[in-house]
Amino acid sequence: MSGTFVGMPAFPKAAHEAVGNTTLRANLRHATHTIRDKRAKAVAELDDWARLREAGKQIKDHTLRHLDHYLVRLEEAVTTAGGTVHWAADADEANRIVTGLVKETGESEVVKVKSMATQEIGLNEALEAAGIRAYETDLAELIVQLGKDRPSHILVPAIHRNRGEIRDIFEREMGPWGRPAPEHLTDAPAELAEAARLHLREKFLRAKVGVSGANFMVAETGTLVVVESEGNGRMCLTLPETLISVVGIEKIVPTWRDLEVFLQTLPRSSTAERMNPYTSMWTGTTDGDGPDTFHLVLLDNGRTDTLADDVGRQALRCIRCSACLNVCPVYERAGGHAYGSVYPGPIGAILSPQLRGTASAIDASLPYASSLCGACYEVCPVAIDIPEVLVHLRERVVQGGEFTRHGAKVTLKPARGHAAERAAMRAAGMVFGRPGLLRAGQRLAARTRRVHPRTLPGPGRAWSATRDLPKVPGESFRDWWQRTGGGQEGEA
Amino acid sequence: MTSRDIILGRVRRALGTPGDPDPEASYEQAVDRSYLREHGTRTTEQTVDLLAGNLADYRAIVHRTDREELPLLLMRLLASSGARTVLVPPALPPGWLAAAHPVRVADRAGSTAADLDEADAVVTGCAVAIAETGTIVLDGGPDQGRRRITLVPDHHICVVRVPDQVVSSVPRALERLDPARPLTWISGPSATSDIELDRVEGVHGPRTLEVVLVTGAD
Repeated sequence: MSGTFVGMPAFPKAAHEAVGNTTLRANLRHATHTIRDKRAKAVAELDDWARLREAGKQIKDHTLRHLDHYLVRLEEAVTTAGGTVHWAADADEANRIVTGLVKETGESEVVKVKSMATQEIGLNEALEAAGIRAYETDLAELIVQLGKDRPSHILVPAIHRNRGEIRDIFEREMGPWGRPAPEHLTDAPAELAEAARLHLREKFLRAKVGVSGANFMVAETGTLVVVESEGNGRMCLTLPETLISVVGIEKIVPTWRDLEVFLQTLPRSSTAERMNPYTSMWTGTTDGDGPDTFHLVLLDNGRTDTLADDVGRQALRCIRCSACLNVCPVYERAGGHAYGSVYPGPIGAILSPQLRGTASAIDASLPYASSLCGACYEVCPVAIDIPEVLVHLRERVVQGGEFTRHGAKVTLKPARGHAAERAAMRAAGMVFGRPGLLRAGQRLAARTRRVHPRTLPGPGRAWSATRDLPKVPGESFRDWWQRTGGGQEGEA
Repeated sequence: MTSRDIILGRVRRALGTPGDPDPEASYEQAVDRSYLREHGTRTTEQTVDLLAGNLADYRAIVHRTDREELPLLLMRLLASSGARTVLVPPALPPGWLAAAHPVRVADRAGSTAADLDEADAVVTGCAVAIAETGTIVLDGGPDQGRRRITLVPDHHICVVRVPDQVVSSVPRALERLDPARPLTWISGPSATSDIELDRVEGVHGPRTLEVVLVTGAD
């Protein structure tokens, strides 16, 4: 990934600052708790949920296992239907392709549907640098764009803002971007939605170029699917003359029929609705209906590197529902910005370090941004075992080893900061492998327990600063067993 | 080397040993499709009731009528919203708007988005309606017109022929739809959950969605 959150501090520092912000914590707590209960209810309506979840996993796993085949198949289908397919190995290439396509139209502005892929590659900044203004049209993206802010949630990028803050941003910033906010705007959500409607209407009606992502691409038919709520997606997908969609290569499903699984699991997991208000599906171009030029930009940008990792690969099953963010105790307290990526929360903690590598401080710290409680895995509609991948990535950070970066095998050195931990683990390994040594150590520890310090000295200090050291029992289990015959002779 | 070659090469190296030579043939076995085709058993009448209930749950206004009463109902709906102009798809059954007062506006190829913005309402049919989710699907058929005419006007009246056009579930709907056509799935009026993850109706799409369930229609 590129263009995002340069110079971010490691997660613990960023999270520490965020946790001190009481407004942010209150906003996040309110929003995540609201959606949590609703999701559970929407999911409970379908008594075959577990089977839908398993089918979703299997569809994605099969597709990833044969991704080369389905990419070529998709390319054929889209081309046959009148679209043009482009391939982008990284963010820069995708940005160059889109900028070039917009310039060819002679236009200097585009309207955008909310898209994680274009956020990931920093498309708006690249367009801006080329003199093209990109208008975000999703309400939350608009709030982020007008507030010169960063997204903090996959589904609701402005989740960290409450209604009062949104009102202030609209009042202050809408004018410079176009139609100003109505006078006497209150913080009622319906009024704020109305203000966004009025502000964006003129932009939709005059737009000649639309830019989108897609939730799904069907290989057999060449159909793209965008799932949304507000109607801004429909506006951007149908009114402009040219449509450019930037989509990650993992968004493919093999057949039309596969949508029957995801169109049931995605809305319920995401907004806790039986169905989201609007879903658009288009296959190439249609004479007289919608854009007459359609470009699909297939984006790699670290996805094939992720695919090369047998354990980490499952992150590519993600359908960006954000259910894992909404249940995560760490996300709820730290907020999305601390993750230093457009992909925050549990999925971000496994996706960002794989897409970007673990070279930066923030990416090396992300696998630790979790208590491994497993709530994310429980709610994931494609059964991504996020804790498993987190532990796997921790291993990569600590022990180093071979992984793939930009398509080539590289060897990662073990992280320096973990030397004490490695030394401790080596020592523990040696002791556990020698029963006599273990017994001697345990007896020594038991006899000296009155003088044990409450915090560890040296490099262990940081560890024990936030934890209580376990109390050493007066007698080890093995001594007790030997003395009592496993409790047969009663307690002495 | 093109980027296409680079990406496909990376994918193949990432996967290591080649997979099935014909993945589409093995796909049937790769996925356990034992999930339900529809949830619960219902009579046709109950399915239509469920559709009406779920549409209303997401703030669509639902009306029920029969073929004879349809023109009068449409007349009343348009009159009560004060519509002066109504957009009409190319082949809306002519009788439907026989009693309606507003000026009928045909959608011409040259009509711009701004032209469509002048219309107060639009009346269409649909391709299929899904009971379990409260969804209507448009496929650009002659009684529905191109996508933009149901998007720009603020008031959309959609006529669903019951029970023929009603299916129980999402899987049943996909069986009936043609992916080659541009499809729009609509579940209630435009809404957003972007302010504190709470649902508010009425953003960019039509803020009023009225669905007319009509029996015996042509």
